[in-house]
Amino acid sequence: MADEALFLLLHNEMVSGVYKSAEQGEVENGRCITKLENMGFRVGQGLIERFTKDTARFKDELDIMKFICKDFWTTVFKKQIDNLRTNHQGIYVLQDNKFRLLTQMSAGKQYLEHASKYLAFTCGLIRGGLSNLGIKSIVTAEVSSMPACKFQGTMQKGVTDTPNKMFQWILCHRNGRLRRLTKPNIILKT
Amino acid sequence: MAVCIAVIAKENYPLYIRSTPTENELKFHYMVHTSLDVVDEKISAMGKALVDQRELYLGLLYPTEDYKVYGYVTNSKVKFVMVVDSSNTALRDNEIRSMFRKLHNSYTDVMCNPFYNPGDRIQSSPGGPYFLCPYPVQVGPTSCVRSSPGGPYSCVRSSPGEPYSLCPIQSRAFDNMVTSMMIQVC
Repeated sequence: MADEALFLLLHNEMVSGVYKSAEQGEVENGRCITKLENMGFRVGQGLIERFTKDTARFKDELDIMKFICKDFWTTVFKKQIDNLRTNHQGIYVLQDNKFRLLTQMSAGKQYLEHASKYLAFTCGLIRGGLSNLGIKSIVTAEVSSMPACKFQGTMQKGVTDTPNKMFQWILCHRNGRLRRLTKPNIILKT
Repeated sequence: MAVCIAVIAKENYPLYIRSTPTENELKFHYMVHTSLDVVDEKISAMGKALVDQRELYLGLLYPTEDYKVYGYVTNSKVKFVMVVDSSNTALRDNEIRSMFRKLHNSYTDVMCNPFYNPGDRIQSSPGGPYFLCPYPVQVGPTSCVRSSPGGPYSCVRSSPGEPYSLCPIQSRAFDNMVTSMMIQVC
């Protein structure tokens, strides 16, 4: 099963690479964790686009979270999330009792203080996936005893769709000049 | 054979819109814009609509006297809108479906491109470099897109007697795909 180890080893190298190239003070103020999380975010966006290409449309938020727990987690980590809990008001807790990226590290409390580095990418992954599906969220992770860990996602309510941005449609016209569509009566005249 | 293909982001602004240069592009932009309302209506119809709620392909959105407009929504709420000529009766529903699938596959590839930031317009470089096309080009329904080693680009003749015109370079793979859809049925 060499393909399972590929992502794991690459991820470990990525974390140590980010920390090695960190500048003065970046480790303390958490910039490295942010970098890893942002990496995960962009990867999550692309992955979700690929994975949801053939699935049916999602009914609601819970449907999306179930997809993340089952299909998404299986494709990335070769196993499903063990436990999903929600308070039906926008907070979801995903519990993984044997998180793939931490199994190699320890089986108890050793190296607990370093665990956050290795969870940042996955938090970003979940956040990126949710963001591409239309849910703005904040994802955090906590570990009490390796390799079990919990990811908590807080959905942000009140995300409204912006109205049709008619006035920002830019016409690419011939002769290379750009014309901005500013008023609806321009359309009616032509 | 599509006359206009548009990719609309989930916030309802266009990521990519391209129509055959022979027609008035404004008309197609307006058509695509009005179709967005129909798309929203179809998505929000819960269960009682004729179209299967779980499917991504939306079918015919609305017909006009010259054109028919088809829609498709991905799970990430990105909408694809395709305008085809009404006189082209040979186009069947499953052909339109397969064109949309190809478009979706190309869009997924664009999404996974590390040089593309999600939410940006789909083109190879922002504000695109322009170059002079050295041949006078006939703007007509037969061929307005030409292939070259540097990739296909659309040439538009600026005015009669003027042999040069400015051509923007667009995103290669996605653009190639759209070009092939406008020339022939996939």
